[in-house]
Amino acid sequence: MQVTVTVNGKTESHDVEARMLLVYYLREVLGLTGTNVGCDTTSCGACTVLLNGESVKSCTMLAAQADGEEITTIEGMASSDGVLHPIQEAFREHHGLQCGFCTPGMVMAIASFLKEHPDPTEAEVREGLEGNLCRCTGYHNIVQAALAAARPGALAP
Amino acid sequence: MSTTLTDGPAAGVVGTRMLRREDPALLSGEARFVHDLVVPGALHLVLVRSPYAHARVISVDLSAALASPGVVAAFSGAELAGEWGSPMPCAWPVTADMQSPSHLPVAVDEVCYVGDAVAAVVAASQAEAQDAAAAVAVAYEELPAAVDLEDAASDRVLAHSALTSNRAYTWELVPDAAAVERAFADAAVTVRERYVQQRLIPAAMEPRGVCVVPQPFGGEYVVYSATQIPHILRTMLGITAGVPEERIRVVAPSVGGGFGSKLDVYAEELLCLALARRLRKPVRWSEERSEAAQATIHGRGQVQEIELAADTEGRVAAVRVRLLADMGAYLQLVTPGVPLLGAFLYHGVYDVPAYAFTCTGVFTNKTPTDAYRGAGRPEATYAIERAIDALARKVGVDPQEVRRRNFIQADKFPYSSPAGLVFDSGNYEAALDAALELIGYEELREAQARRRGEGATRQLGVGISSYVEMCGLAPSRVLASLNYVAGGWEAATVRMLPTGKAQVVTGASPHGQGHVTSWSMIVADKLGVSPEDVEVLHSDTAVSPLGLDTYGSRSLSVGGTAIALAADRLIDKARLLAAHRLEVAPEDLSLSAGQFSVRGSPSSAIGLGTLAFEAFTAHDLPEGMEPNLEASATYDPTNFTFPFGTHVAVVEVDTETGKVDLVRYAAVDDCGNQINPLIVDGQVHGGIVQGVAQALFEEAVYDGEGNLLTTTFTDYLVPAASELPSFSLGRTVTPSPSNPMGVKGIGEAGTIAATPAVVNAVVDALSHLGVEEMAMPVTPERVWRSIGASASGTGGGR
Repeated sequence: MQVTVTVNGKTESHDVEARMLLVYYLREVLGLTGTNVGCDTTSCGACTVLLNGESVKSCTMLAAQADGEEITTIEGMASSDGVLHPIQEAFREHHGLQCGFCTPGMVMAIASFLKEHPDPTEAEVREGLEGNLCRCTGYHNIVQAALAAARPGALAP
Repeated sequence: MSTTLTDGPAAGVVGTRMLRREDPALLSGEARFVHDLVVPGALHLVLVRSPYAHARVISVDLSAALASPGVVAAFSGAELAGEWGSPMPCAWPVTADMQSPSHLPVAVDEVCYVGDAVAAVVAASQAEAQDAAAAVAVAYEELPAAVDLEDAASDRVLAHSALTSNRAYTWELVPDAAAVERAFADAAVTVRERYVQQRLIPAAMEPRGVCVVPQPFGGEYVVYSATQIPHILRTMLGITAGVPEERIRVVAPSVGGGFGSKLDVYAEELLCLALARRLRKPVRWSEERSEAAQATIHGRGQVQEIELAADTEGRVAAVRVRLLADMGAYLQLVTPGVPLLGAFLYHGVYDVPAYAFTCTGVFTNKTPTDAYRGAGRPEATYAIERAIDALARKVGVDPQEVRRRNFIQADKFPYSSPAGLVFDSGNYEAALDAALELIGYEELREAQARRRGEGATRQLGVGISSYVEMCGLAPSRVLASLNYVAGGWEAATVRMLPTGKAQVVTGASPHGQGHVTSWSMIVADKLGVSPEDVEVLHSDTAVSPLGLDTYGSRSLSVGGTAIALAADRLIDKARLLAAHRLEVAPEDLSLSAGQFSVRGSPSSAIGLGTLAFEAFTAHDLPEGMEPNLEASATYDPTNFTFPFGTHVAVVEVDTETGKVDLVRYAAVDDCGNQINPLIVDGQVHGGIVQGVAQALFEEAVYDGEGNLLTTTFTDYLVPAASELPSFSLGRTVTPSPSNPMGVKGIGEAGTIAATPAVVNAVVDALSHLGVEEMAMPVTPERVWRSIGASASGTGGGR
């Protein structure tokens, strides 16, 4: 079936199998391999992307369901001249990543979370990230990065 | 060795919290993991796995699979048996009489755990391979399964029909049996505890993946694998698949965590290589999460008995330990050796004169176990740190005081341990003091007394864990004495390029540890260049042909030392060239910030960058000097390193629901000198959570038939951010005298320390209610039952 999606600001249109999951559309059809697959059960959040600005787990959505919608992946977060998004920068500043496999999903989940909670407490950040697993960092520095990105002005364009 | 409470002075970049150079590629999605590699024409391998823990394979019917769309080939184990030069490797035959059942990548006539492969299907796409694998018809004759570890040890049911006993080996470390007997006979107080180290699933966030690409000319194979050990893997692939080693190039691209689970030689790596050879096409395999739970090694899996002989003041005179260790169905790369890595450390940080350890490795019909973060040392630390708390309760002394009374004192280092090691350096009391201050121990004890007095529903518990570990694996001679078949050295090359940039080649192979950052910091300070001007080449056997890879907190203390030594050798050569150019004697030159200058005449100077270009053009070199500035070093450590510290966990336990909340956590670690404290912090944070996870959340659960029940993240509870607090970290610095940088290692410390700290805290919260036993993971149900059992006087927590 034909699917037309705006991904990272660019319109894409492809004929895909009806059963194709959004994450495989992004990874295999569009070659956007920054979005990772870490489980089969919508548990780990490594595949988190933004659907019209809100975080979704792209392993739990068909590509067809994204027809006509706007998707942002990790590749769409830095500016076109390579300057990291403030959330990405905060991850770097606070050592919020080690192996980096969960990181794209974490960054996208935080982007969505901070839109809804611009001035969160630490407890709110921890609750907000409960759908994203990390095995390396113990979350301490991810939480610090999220709080830093929420500081006034940090997310200003 | 002196201990300081700060990070120490930083001259240059070493010792600073430099941000990681790895991060931009990982943060922007540009980094490439194995699953991300685009390989045109690659075929997809899917394995058919046994649904039985133990069964005879009667027949494998591939006809429907072969007729399935997109299928290129399908094989039974029997059809592949001719591909193997030898069975799957175990590199650690711990005793001369160790039993090791033959282990082939695809089983031929007997399957021995749920997940053991019985057939391989190769198709044009992953979906087609999966569909075809589902069409393979295997007839099994189910056999009784040895599931429970202690039951398996009784040999009531045999895990392999070819074996006459499930015992793989018994290994003893009893330096003076009479002394131990005497100590127990004379002891005023004895403690005897039994602990179960539940099986854990390592659960690196990136599942495993392999892709083998046969090269069009020369008969070579490029093996891309999500592995911690590209060098060991190359050698083992050569031996096991019968491909000449020099025709194999192993590349570990970005690797998404390992924790020991990617420190192995796996069936899928061998199969992709053998099938690429057979089909002359690239073959790839991507592990699914539920497959990872069954077909990637598990960790822990021990039943421990520990006894302490002590006096009425709580001073320990002897430690005696008996272990049963669950090998699982087969011996993987270092399976039998894992308990040995803990065998020397069951007396922990305490000066105990008499020591006895014995371990029996036992086969079960479950996923093989192998090294998982800490490998043997978390188990040892858990046993002694819980037992020392039990002793504290028995003699009525505060747990921190009992620790103090038994610590190996700072003036005793280097300390000859009762198990035969020499601990390099330490100051255990300083770390304990710092940790107690960081957490506010006295105030916590007062708060605890208040809550007890009020009979509060939420009780407070404080748990201490003082640990020492042996890491920096390892001196090759020591490995030889333990029957490990390889050495423990690491190799490095440092070179300067004509433009003054530096290149480092290392045999260490990172998967999240930030090696590129740390190695470039070391070399930047040595050569006086910016860290950004140091390129670090790793994880590709074509670029870095010599190496022994990353595990056992060895990368810095062994691999980093090799880099530092190579850089020193490069400087030695550059000094000769500088002396030639400046027409002075080499010993008249001093090096600072990359400049050689003549002592007493600082205007007469030449930089390493200039010398690199001169060495490259080779127009005017001293007689007999070879062109280029390049030097290599292979460093074989003279001893392990012995990081240590104290962690303190604070929990609130709801006595009505049994729920445990970890509310605060302080960790004071001493890993010697630090290259980058930012990275050290991250290793500690992550390590703590893996230890907490064992204490409170995770367990690989099998049913009585040997079915693994926890194959997804909805059943196997890897903790999320919402279940954890932030951590307070502190550090003492006691350099190791064993290596020139005075470093020790920090990759496993958090995991080693955290588990007993948390469980001790839970017991501490409930001890006034009579609770003394607590099995892991400490689930609300277990806590609730143990409170009820203690109230009714029946014991509990099991």
